[in-house]
Amino acid sequence: MEVVSLLVIAFLAVAALAPFLLAPGDPLAIDPLDSFQPPSPAHVFGTDESGRDIFTRIVHGTGASLTIGLAATAIGLGLALVFGLLAGFGPRWLDFGTTRLLEVLFAFPGLLFALLFIVVYGPGVVTSTIAVGLSTAPGYARIIRSRVIQVRTSPFLEASVVLGRSARFRIARHVLPNVAGSLFVLATLGVGQSIVWASSLSYLGLGAVPPAAEWGAMLSAGRTYISSFWWMTFFPGLFIVLSAAATTLLGRAIQQRGRES
Amino acid sequence: MAGSLSVDLVGAPARSGARGRLIRWALLRAGGVLFVLWAVATVTFFALQLIPGDPAEAILGGPGSQASAEALAAARAEYGLDAPLPVQYLAYLGRLATGDLGTSYALRDDVASVILDVLGPTLLLAGLSLLVASLIALGLAMWSTRGGRVAAAVGSLLEIVAAAVPHFWLAISLILLFSTTLGWLPPVSVPGGLGLVLPVLTLAIPLAGFLGQVMREALLDALDSPFVLAARARGEGDGGVFWRHALRHAAIPAIGLVGWAFGSLVSGAVVVETIFARQGLGRSLLSAVQGRDVPLVIGIVLVVALAYMLVTTLTDLADRVVDPRLKARS
Repeated sequence: MEVVSLLVIAFLAVAALAPFLLAPGDPLAIDPLDSFQPPSPAHVFGTDESGRDIFTRIVHGTGASLTIGLAATAIGLGLALVFGLLAGFGPRWLDFGTTRLLEVLFAFPGLLFALLFIVVYGPGVVTSTIAVGLSTAPGYARIIRSRVIQVRTSPFLEASVVLGRSARFRIARHVLPNVAGSLFVLATLGVGQSIVWASSLSYLGLGAVPPAAEWGAMLSAGRTYISSFWWMTFFPGLFIVLSAAATTLLGRAIQQRGRES
Repeated sequence: MAGSLSVDLVGAPARSGARGRLIRWALLRAGGVLFVLWAVATVTFFALQLIPGDPAEAILGGPGSQASAEALAAARAEYGLDAPLPVQYLAYLGRLATGDLGTSYALRDDVASVILDVLGPTLLLAGLSLLVASLIALGLAMWSTRGGRVAAAVGSLLEIVAAAVPHFWLAISLILLFSTTLGWLPPVSVPGGLGLVLPVLTLAIPLAGFLGQVMREALLDALDSPFVLAARARGEGDGGVFWRHALRHAAIPAIGLVGWAFGSLVSGAVVVETIFARQGLGRSLLSAVQGRDVPLVIGIVLVVALAYMLVTTLTDLADRVVDPRLKARS
């Protein structure tokens, strides 16, 4: 199963880095005579309203779609790391304040915070990516905080204090390397979730906009034609499911291995 | 009061201690809920001040409306937007305290009554979905913990894929299969039970994937634990061990996920209600976001936050009931 997920991830990586290897065509090439073609040997996934080949567009959209997922995860984890370090390593009042702040942020469940953010800053790729990152940060922060506290109260950190090391040294040398493992697992598990959320926002018309060959944008473009031309939304969605499931499987496998060793 | 009552009970000292702890816990919890609600209201109020453009223009139908200066001034006065910001904020908190959520810009109607109208359908949808998701998760977990290695691998894969499926894509696929191809179920929500099937399945399947992953691990953990061995030694059969001991153990992490499940249901409701053209809180939220209908957005955010706090409080209470170890600890 891990092998399958690695194969999917390898395919996605090639599609993102060298799309022309997998789909030599032009993702923006319009052919009005060939519009709304169902899947066939010439167009494996069919064509859209302008006769653009959907397989080519999916392959060429991989880079943008994965970038959105990775960027959102990076924003969420970055913020969470700051919060987690402040709460877990700072003085007690800072821990108290940060924990209360996280509790407040938890009361904006799911995509609620993202929607609020989009009301303020308007729809678009950048805002929806930041919005997804912000929505995921509290969940990560709670996990990182408990991990930081676990490290802070460990005997080797006590030894470091006794040796007179500065707080900065202790964070850089002891806390960060010990938190890095959990960060990596959280990241692999989180990328899938971020891709799903960002694409949901795009589907609702609040994220990436057509004609970009990005999966979410393709989905929101296909929405109008959903009842007659299902392949326009089915295949981009299938790739979202594939990439989310593959990264989650990989994350679980890494987690399992970490637990066994 | 609590002390005088417990005098008549057997084992009074221990009981009054437990009751005192529970009351203390409830008071702290209520304070926490009020604090979070105040903070959510404040964050939302000030965040929405950052919206570029004139709110009076939004009231009169957006920047394209070419409203006259008099009309804008009238709208400002009507919604109290001409007062200084601190005054507006205090007036807003005062109105909230009396349960007044303001007037929707787009619907020209009381926000509280708009929300009350759409709350019922969403609660029904979310409640049914949670029930169906728990049943699916339980079924999968039972089947894959008892069925050997292959069943475990297949069950685990099913759960991961189910959890990775975006709601909108699942909805589209279910419509294609059951409405367009088979013609069994209506593609949009119609009154009655039949129209609920696809929306409930759409919300339940990803949730079941998440719950299943957690429950299966806890079940495996429980079936390996000393208390199950002890139960078997007392001569309990497979069924008794499973239903009476292991399942209760597996419920603990699942209960811990309730806060998360709530978020998934709220986000899912936005998508599902939009796709199936179903009246509800999620769809109202989306149209309020798209139309930048600030009072309605704030109102829905507050209601969701309140519901979230209630759900997590009940969860903590349930935790204390299911897991006797927690009572001793606090």
